[in-house]
Amino acid sequence: MYAAIVFLPLLGFLLAGPIGWWIGPRPAEIVTTSISFVSALLSWIVFVQVALGTAPATVSVIGNWFASGALRVDWSFRIDTLTAVMLVVVGTVSSLVHLYSIGYMSDDPSRPRFFAYLSLFTFAMLMLVTADNLVQLFFGWEGVGLLSYLLIGFWYEKPQANAAAIKAFVVNRVGDFGFALGIFLVFALTNSVSFDQIFAAAPSLAHKTVHVFGLDMDAMTITCLLLFMGAMGKSAQFLLHTWLPDAMEGPTPVSALIHAATMVTAGVFMVARLSPLFEQAPAALSFITVIGATTAFFAATIALVQPDIKRVIAYSTCSQLGYMFVGLGVGGYSLGIFHLFTHAFFKALLFLGAGSVIIAMHHEQDMRNMGGLWKRIPFTLAMMTIGFLSLMGFPFTAGYYSKDAIIEAAFASDREGALYGYVLTAAAAGLTAFYSWRVVFLTFFGAPRWATVGPGSGHDHAAHGHEAHGPEGPTLDPHESPLTVLIPLGVLAMGALFAGVVFSHDFIGTGWDGFWKGALYLGSDNHILETREDIPAFARQLPILMMVFGSLVAVLFYVLAPSIPSRLAQIARPLYELLLNKWYFDELYDVIFVRPAFWLGRQFWESGDGAIIDRLGPDGVAARVVEMTGRVVKLQSGYIYHYAFAMLVGLATVITWYVAAGVR
Amino acid sequence: MTISLAQFLIVAAILFTLGVAGVILNRKNIIVVLMSVELILLSVNLNLVAFSAFLGDLTGQVFALFILTVAAAEAAIGLAILVAYYRNRGSIAVDDINMMKG
Repeated sequence: MYAAIVFLPLLGFLLAGPIGWWIGPRPAEIVTTSISFVSALLSWIVFVQVALGTAPATVSVIGNWFASGALRVDWSFRIDTLTAVMLVVVGTVSSLVHLYSIGYMSDDPSRPRFFAYLSLFTFAMLMLVTADNLVQLFFGWEGVGLLSYLLIGFWYEKPQANAAAIKAFVVNRVGDFGFALGIFLVFALTNSVSFDQIFAAAPSLAHKTVHVFGLDMDAMTITCLLLFMGAMGKSAQFLLHTWLPDAMEGPTPVSALIHAATMVTAGVFMVARLSPLFEQAPAALSFITVIGATTAFFAATIALVQPDIKRVIAYSTCSQLGYMFVGLGVGGYSLGIFHLFTHAFFKALLFLGAGSVIIAMHHEQDMRNMGGLWKRIPFTLAMMTIGFLSLMGFPFTAGYYSKDAIIEAAFASDREGALYGYVLTAAAAGLTAFYSWRVVFLTFFGAPRWATVGPGSGHDHAAHGHEAHGPEGPTLDPHESPLTVLIPLGVLAMGALFAGVVFSHDFIGTGWDGFWKGALYLGSDNHILETREDIPAFARQLPILMMVFGSLVAVLFYVLAPSIPSRLAQIARPLYELLLNKWYFDELYDVIFVRPAFWLGRQFWESGDGAIIDRLGPDGVAARVVEMTGRVVKLQSGYIYHYAFAMLVGLATVITWYVAAGVR
Repeated sequence: MTISLAQFLIVAAILFTLGVAGVILNRKNIIVVLMSVELILLSVNLNLVAFSAFLGDLTGQVFALFILTVAAAEAAIGLAILVAYYRNRGSIAVDDINMMKG
């Protein structure tokens, strides 16, 4: 059954991909979607058996991949509670996104390719979460990276989509460089890449040192930092986050599946999976906490002012991933995974809802050109509101349980950096509420700006730019999306509402031990789940107060006094510009990395390759040959008597030689 | 008066030299080249017949007959090409025929 879960999407890819042109778009959609639903159903069965039930965690080897010396790598499935949780997340979101895409992509000519990519992505992600060794994990890791590249660049006619795809790939390479080094170091330390052996060896490696660059460093700390570098790239953490907002150039279902629910959480999963290693490296966990908290706050500030609906949600994803890492960093691995679990539901819901808005607005993504949509698409409004409530941690929604638990754990933890984490995550909670309501108000309420913005009208919208609106003009007629789009929204909304109530007892509550059954390792002095319960009331209330405060400010800004935001932007111009330009990270990286790289490449190309290698090598030799032949060709005069003379001279020479040789 | 073999050979050598000189030095008319080639062949024939007669072996004379046949065929083909060439280019001056230069 485990093999079926993992390999069914691969079958779907094989049916829709190589022969997709032959079977046509409609069968390709139906085959891949139904296959992914079967896979999701099996995932839930595994979840019930392994996580909720008492079935033991298993490792089933399905074959040897390669062996070299002491290194032996198997294809194998490790099915424990952590894997079961991830299977459910991946399977559910993937199948719903398949269904949603039938409606969303209905007018796209390359649908078989799209569905093939989705299925192959699902396969790679499932390989990642079921891996029993670091190399198979890396296989899935790179597989989802590749599919992310292909899907961001799905509309390859668009230059921005290509650029975004390349950016995602390159930034992830930076992280994967660290990840690969981490894997090498693990192998060097434990002589194995298999999880069981690594975990067994981990406690004895604490306080061991490795000698690098003339320094003695703590082996586990440096290993975990390198591994976390991979997670930073994949999960778009601070400093390596720049690719995620650009990845929104891909189709919206892709954003929901890959850049919200599954792939970007692979880093969180990886850290949780390797919890026995990270538990031995408190310094690395502090670093994770700090990076996570920074990301959570920093991405939320950018989300405050972005005009593009998908980018707001993308930065929100970035921010929520930061929360997950704070949860992991303070030692609450189950907190991080629980937030991953609930986040998958409400963030996929938000992206799919944004997609529904985008369909209604005929591919308009700028919220400044929306407004007043609540009458036209009430169901989407309801679903997105549920998603946002869950995102901002409204009491008793899913996000409330998982997010507030992380903030509480950050307060309760005595790890270095935890207080920093608490302050920033609590502040980010307020920001989250603000930008959530901002999206809702700008998109669904107020006067419709899509009908009024047009040639010759809209005196109060001069700042918004008429050309951004496109040719629809006043003829735009927003309407509710097809049923295949709305059903996934409904299902995910159920998850966003109830995943917290139903599962919080098992994931992070008192049922913790019986649920995880040792899939997550906690050191003997790690009592974060218990101490989290005993924090003072004000610390517990602060996130909720921040949320209420953020909501009230949003109501004030966008309902009661809509002139405040623009006036505030005028007053605090530099701050506004800073946020609107994403803290100038793209510009900074452009100056620090991109331009020097281009300069260096140009130097190598022009002076190295062009002036030395080409000039002395191929080009030089070719020029000499041409020169020589130019001289030789002059011998060919074309006159018969020249040839005859040459023949005669040759003949005379031969005869003379014979005669002379004969005389001798 | 008997004519010695050496005299035959001298005549043949003169003929051969005249032919070669005709081929190389002639700049006017390509027919002259053809005629020079015939001269060369004739000088060779003369050598063959002379040696055949003086050695008492008929093989050389038979060979001379073959060469005559081939020379006739070659002359026919050469003249035919010449006619076709003249129709195309309007000139058979040797100096004009240099299209195959590099």
